[in-house]
Amino acid sequence: MSGILAFLGRYTLGLVSYVGGLASLSRKVIHWTFVAPFQGQSLKWRSALHQMVLVGVNSVPIVGLISLFMGIVLALQGAYQLQKLGAGYYVTALVGVSMTRELGPLITAIVVAGRSGSAFAAELGTMKVSEEIDALEVMGLNSVRYLVVPKYLALLVMMPCLTVFSDAAGILGGGAFTMYQLEHTFAMFLTATRDALVMRDISTGLIKSLVFGLVITTVGCYEGFSVKGGAEGVGKSATSSVVVSIFLIILADVIFTAIFYYTG
Amino acid sequence: MPDDFQGPMIRVVDLVTHYGDRRVLDHVDLEVQSGETMVIVGGSGTGKSTLLRHIIRLDIPSSGHVYIKGDDICHMPLERFNLLRRKMGMLFQSAALFNSMTVEDNVALPLRELTQLEDSTIRIMTRIKLGLVGLSGFDNYLPAQLSGGMKKRAGLARALAMDPEILLFDEPSAGLDPITAAGIDELILKLKQAFHMTIVVVTHEMASAAVIADRITVMHEGRVIAVGTPAEIRASPHPRVQQFLNRTPDQETRDGQAYVQTLTQAPS
Repeated sequence: MSGILAFLGRYTLGLVSYVGGLASLSRKVIHWTFVAPFQGQSLKWRSALHQMVLVGVNSVPIVGLISLFMGIVLALQGAYQLQKLGAGYYVTALVGVSMTRELGPLITAIVVAGRSGSAFAAELGTMKVSEEIDALEVMGLNSVRYLVVPKYLALLVMMPCLTVFSDAAGILGGGAFTMYQLEHTFAMFLTATRDALVMRDISTGLIKSLVFGLVITTVGCYEGFSVKGGAEGVGKSATSSVVVSIFLIILADVIFTAIFYYTG
Repeated sequence: MPDDFQGPMIRVVDLVTHYGDRRVLDHVDLEVQSGETMVIVGGSGTGKSTLLRHIIRLDIPSSGHVYIKGDDICHMPLERFNLLRRKMGMLFQSAALFNSMTVEDNVALPLRELTQLEDSTIRIMTRIKLGLVGLSGFDNYLPAQLSGGMKKRAGLARALAMDPEILLFDEPSAGLDPITAAGIDELILKLKQAFHMTIVVVTHEMASAAVIADRITVMHEGRVIAVGTPAEIRASPHPRVQQFLNRTPDQETRDGQAYVQTLTQAPS
């Protein structure tokens, strides 16, 4: 019995210190991104630009493809239900609203967490193991400013871009189905989409994507900084960065969707 | 930071530190005078690298103080220590070069980030530092293209970039063949004579310590067990020091009863 209690206690303490570490890193990232530049500590735009290509531009094909498929699946499932009610016309609306409010940001976040979150963890973890992070600190250069903030900036810019792209790809995927199967014309598809969507659908999705970007950067980099041991430790951190990111993304999704629901 | 500072450059007082529950440094005292080369020797896991990390505030002690030029670095704001840290350089065991940058960019990084110098000036200074460590012409190599000894030299050039007064070396000869290691020792001696730097070297190579040291500190199980000139250390009666000098392995104590007990005991 005392063994179980001790285990629970240790587990809880570990969890609390993990969450504390994430919170502390987020605070530093936000400070170095939004406060420090006004105190003469400029941002590393060159490095951020490089990261934007890695996390943003290079993710375009995979995000586009998955979103396209997701749009088709949504249209198929929606048509299965709506056609029973003779409401096949609303399939397009269903796809549009689901993609912009929910699936666009979510799919983008999951793909980026898998591609880039793990890459952040592996990169920083390797630097930790080879003492490169210590070397930065010894020079008096802040590792959060030099290594984490460019990644955060990249996601800050790229998550909304990728999300808009994912929204569009998903809606097109759905449209392809409705045009093929339900014999809607392209003009019908456009009108239906425009009627269904309001600005708020898109903006709430974009706000979510910014939150997801912070989650992915913080978790990936925190896992990288906390690597212990050699190559094995790097692998473990890369894996758990994906698991933890996706969990926290869904958690943030619940919270923000609830907020938008009750304030909307 | 007065430049006519008289006392010891580095003073470590009653330093205690823990990794988890294990006490790694146990009431360690150390003084390094200006212009002196202090070599810290000891077996693996005796806390000598940890001590070095405390001197440049990569670790914060459980208790005790580290003074650099009379300032307590453990309790000063990080911004102030970062100014002090510019006058300190460190060569890491693995050289810790940034793998994504060329050798030149590695050496130039502290100059680009911490000074307002023109890019052309930085380029010249970088070339001078690389020449100093014998790496002229390797400016555009990536760290992965260098041998172990060359990486250490490049790491040293980077540590020298800001013209430090204090230079710290973590296991400079680890992983190098004896000839390359001797080359690094030679380089340390050259720097010491040319720039009158205060140097702290952590190593387990007694041969290397004897060549470069003004004084040697011997550590064992987180404590300082002997301090003195190389000759004094050789003459030390301390059994651990003699064991280290003579490369005698630890005697395995085989108490039959206790041995059986350790085998049959349930893990706690």
